[in-house]
Amino acid sequence: MPGPRKGARRWFSRFTRAETWVAYAFILPWVFGFLALTAGPMVASLYFSLTNYGVEQIAGFAPTEYVGAQNYRQLLSDEKVRTSLYNTFFFTILSVPAKMALALGLAMILARLVRMAGFFRTAFYLPDITPPVAIGIMLLLLFNGSVGIVNTVLGWFGIPGPFWTTDPNWIKPSLVIMSVWTIGGTMVIYLAALKAVPRHLYEAAAMDGAKPWRQFKDVTLPMISPALFFTFIVLTIAGLQTFTEVYTAYFGAGSAGAEAPDAALMNVVYLFRQAFEFFNMGFASAMAWLLFVIIMIVTVFQFVVSRRFVFYQGEKG
Amino acid sequence: MAGRWKGRALLVAAAALLGLTAASAAGAQPAATSSSSAALAGTLNIYGFGPGDDVANGRAEFATRSLGSGVTVNNPRGGFNDQAFLAMLASRNVPDVVYLSRASVGTYAAKRAFVPLTSCIRSERIDLKQYRAAALREVTYKGQVYALPEFTNQITLIVNNEVARQAGVNPADIQTTNWRKLRAANKKMLRIEDGKVTRIGFDPKIPEFFPLWVKWFGADIVSKDGLTPRLNSREAVAALEFTHSLIRDHGGWDRFKAFRDTWDFFGRQNQVARNQVGAWPMESWYYNVMADNSPGVDITAKFFTNRRGGPITFFQGNGWAIPRGAKNPGLACKWMKAMTSVDAWMTVAKNRFDLRKRQGREFTGLYTANARADVKIYQDIFQPMGRKQFDEAVVKLVQASKYGFAVPVSPAGAEIKQAYIDAINRVLAGQQTPRASLNQAQREAVAAIRRNR
Repeated sequence: MPGPRKGARRWFSRFTRAETWVAYAFILPWVFGFLALTAGPMVASLYFSLTNYGVEQIAGFAPTEYVGAQNYRQLLSDEKVRTSLYNTFFFTILSVPAKMALALGLAMILARLVRMAGFFRTAFYLPDITPPVAIGIMLLLLFNGSVGIVNTVLGWFGIPGPFWTTDPNWIKPSLVIMSVWTIGGTMVIYLAALKAVPRHLYEAAAMDGAKPWRQFKDVTLPMISPALFFTFIVLTIAGLQTFTEVYTAYFGAGSAGAEAPDAALMNVVYLFRQAFEFFNMGFASAMAWLLFVIIMIVTVFQFVVSRRFVFYQGEKG
Repeated sequence: MAGRWKGRALLVAAAALLGLTAASAAGAQPAATSSSSAALAGTLNIYGFGPGDDVANGRAEFATRSLGSGVTVNNPRGGFNDQAFLAMLASRNVPDVVYLSRASVGTYAAKRAFVPLTSCIRSERIDLKQYRAAALREVTYKGQVYALPEFTNQITLIVNNEVARQAGVNPADIQTTNWRKLRAANKKMLRIEDGKVTRIGFDPKIPEFFPLWVKWFGADIVSKDGLTPRLNSREAVAALEFTHSLIRDHGGWDRFKAFRDTWDFFGRQNQVARNQVGAWPMESWYYNVMADNSPGVDITAKFFTNRRGGPITFFQGNGWAIPRGAKNPGLACKWMKAMTSVDAWMTVAKNRFDLRKRQGREFTGLYTANARADVKIYQDIFQPMGRKQFDEAVVKLVQASKYGFAVPVSPAGAEIKQAYIDAINRVLAGQQTPRASLNQAQREAVAAIRRNR
């Protein structure tokens, strides 16, 4: 293992080569965008989370005052923060496996299709380009307890559907089901991963007497595990940041906030309301940092656990 | 009372008939400010108003003329948006005048984003007595007026006579003074078939109109100075318990709301036309929807009454305010004065009345925060158009304005409102009892005021 000084020296020594400068020139726009549009606002929000930042401070009518950990203490005492975190975790824990399982199922079907494969790939991907706002509105129409299509279909099988959009026990499940609408992107990733699995591995497994389930478990899953892991991370982060669909359905201008059930209050929705409806920017910034820390912890945990399950080709065994 | 109003209106309307055209033409000329407008110049930047209907556009034209040809009025499309306005504040590039919900004025005033209109009122000699007191209170924070109010949107009960007849309910029992009788009428009018609600008896319209139900007791959800929330008062708990019971009679909020969400609220097949509701409290604009889409409906407009039988109504609406840092506060002041003036309202009311008459449609009145304008519109312009139910509704709506109240201004108005809305939703969803839920709302509202005062 090289020491830090040695490592740094080696890193700087690469700049003697023209290729290094060219490479950095290519990534410079991204670095600039990251610093100006992501890292900069993040640092600013960390500062705001320790202040009384609000309308008066935004407009320059009053100085921004340091309030210490007051906003963070308020996170602990605010009942809605707890509610919103519970809802967000509930949604993420259900929606991520559901999306992954369905996307994988669809990808496996598409991988086997010979005729009209292109048509079905496009058809299954199409819902992914539906605007999230439209999905939010569609949710209310599809899941209406009296006349919604979902309950109508359940009724054909003699199943009395629940009141999805008003019963607090069913609001989150309906959001999970609705989230499955946008599995097109995940499905395409899995499809590419499945196509990349060498055929000879299946042939060898079959010669050894492996049945389809065993082939799936011992060949397919390990070989596509990097893709599964990537989508697991990305979908988890997206789940923890869920906003648009839920806000449109339950908190947007149409409902004027009058619907706003606690069961649908996601963490980012509450953060948005604190910032832009109640103007508690300092508190909202503290909420944002709490969520950031949670996402980091979850992601690090996922990376640590993944070492046991993810198989990278070319890695030393 | 109603007959007297109507009779007077008919007499005045008949006597004034010949002069109406000339009067409206004169009204179309902004006389009060035109003399001084010659000296005005510059650009007036408006935010939150945007082109609207004939009433909005007509007054905007009136106000533009009142400023004179030297003033360019920049009125971009779109309503008031908090995020966009915050961005304007941050960039130190605020508009000269903004149009927003009066419920938000207190919050911005408390955060010093708006200027008090004291000097504007003095310099333009704006007579505050012309505005309805409750609407003006809604924009008055710590004794200073921060906005000029526009519409009032008063609330009355809309009773579907056909449903009442079918259910064998005495229309007199559809009222809000006697809650026992109201609940009995609700139970008779509602209809549940195969476990599904197919008709709502009486919709109390909570959480939206919760302050109105609390006012039934004479109480408010927040103290007059806006600094002490009273969301868990005995009156508030009782109001929520009663209104919740009206919904429970339908088998619960789930069934109730799922059915209500299926209504064609703005269409020809609306809930009144299809007899999907017996009665409910509603804002004045809905008479216009019915008159346009289902003019044949058999309805009666009634006052929402308190426990003593006296009429009460809950004012909500928009207003005009000047942001701190506006470059042309003088022009903004003249603009808002013109927009809310009697002459502006009379001009657009006459135009709308004529338009409706040409189209063979009902004129259901304009209900403004300017009491003098309301009286003049009713006396000089309104004429019964032959549909008794709407003509009588207009009389009721004009009278209802006198009994208006508004939720007192609070620096945490938006959060207090959200606190009681959330509390009511928890009760409706069966998650908490009214008392426990309103206790939580009270804690949230107290914390919000502590943060914002």
